[in-house]
Amino acid sequence: MARITAGIGSSHVPLLGVAVDQGKTGDEYFGPIFQGYEWTRTWLETTAKPDVVILVYNDHASAFDANIIPTFAIGCGDVYKSADEGWGPRPVPDVEGHAGLAWHIAQSLILEEFDMTIINEMDVDHGLTVPMSMMFGAPAAWPVRVVPLAVNVVTYPVPSGNRCWALGEAIARAVQSFPEDLNVQIWGTGGMSHQLQGPRAGLLNREWDNRFLDLLETAGDAARHIPHIEYLRETGSEGIEMVMWLIMRGALGHAVTRLHRHYHIPCSNTAIGHIVLEPA
Amino acid sequence: MNSALGHQSIHEYLAEFDDIPGTRVFTAARARKGYWINQFAMSLMKPENRERFKADERAYLNDWKLSEEAKEALLSRDFNRLLDLGGNVYFLAKLFSTDGLSFAEAVSTMTDMTFPEYREMMNNGGRSPEGLRSIKGKY
Repeated sequence: MARITAGIGSSHVPLLGVAVDQGKTGDEYFGPIFQGYEWTRTWLETTAKPDVVILVYNDHASAFDANIIPTFAIGCGDVYKSADEGWGPRPVPDVEGHAGLAWHIAQSLILEEFDMTIINEMDVDHGLTVPMSMMFGAPAAWPVRVVPLAVNVVTYPVPSGNRCWALGEAIARAVQSFPEDLNVQIWGTGGMSHQLQGPRAGLLNREWDNRFLDLLETAGDAARHIPHIEYLRETGSEGIEMVMWLIMRGALGHAVTRLHRHYHIPCSNTAIGHIVLEPA
Repeated sequence: MNSALGHQSIHEYLAEFDDIPGTRVFTAARARKGYWINQFAMSLMKPENRERFKADERAYLNDWKLSEEAKEALLSRDFNRLLDLGGNVYFLAKLFSTDGLSFAEAVSTMTDMTFPEYREMMNNGGRSPEGLRSIKGKY
């Protein structure tokens, strides 16, 4: 039987991908960020060893253009290539999917009244490949298979925190009913505070971000009720990406054990946050 | 308001967005208005299109259903104007990349700072939300 063994929350800033691709992860600027992920890289390789990662992220106008805007889309294909976001594709391995598990989750979610969009072929952008690089470095092939779960956090209204949390709960039930013996993790990515547009660009909020991390590691589900306007006011227009962390947290159940937590300002325009949780 | 139960009206929900200083939330109204600006920007994901655009920007823009105002804003890289016209930053990022600009440098052009000033602000902890959360509430 498949089971969700852990959840990770992490930022997915594109500049971190550049740092990996150009070998700058140890320099003065990037060093403190990558050091914060060292514990997690070792834990993944030596202890956690997941077979599959359900990777919740947002597409940044790469696979989906302005034409089609799925609220929740699940990748049910066998393989995904790195997207060309305007400067050529990142030189990372292809991402191997898990079509069997993905289709099982998709079907289960639809029966639970989550009306998912099914994606068979797509390229994946920095939203997905940067967390992979942060957790696994630069291997010749990724050591896990991935079920991509893309969330619209660009065109409003984006899904509520409450709906994201409930989706996470339904994903956990779906994974538990998959007959194959699989060690599955769920990652929620994006955030933390950042604003990439307009005169207020550059807004960061260390205090709010850390309160959010506190809430995630506390028993209960208070974080699901944070309204969109609070993310917008407190964490910048792109801080709304943090609703995707709630899908991860919802999948872990009532209480969790925090294994690791890291926070660093800045990376480019963004506050970097990272947390590793296990169901208690 | 009770967002947990989905009882907030769309009108109330959208009205709150206008109360955030220096921010254009990418609403459906903006997405409709800026549709072709954003679709143009998407086209720059293909290397052959980037080459054609760089060779003659005006001619490339003339192939799209863009107003003269939008074309001028694109040619002059006036990103705040483009946000007003319904451009979205994740789409416009394809133009940043085509120009070889980092995200931070492109973003800094929308503020009242030079890029070195902006970078220094970020390195010192970023822009504080103090006083920038609400126009009406002044907090």
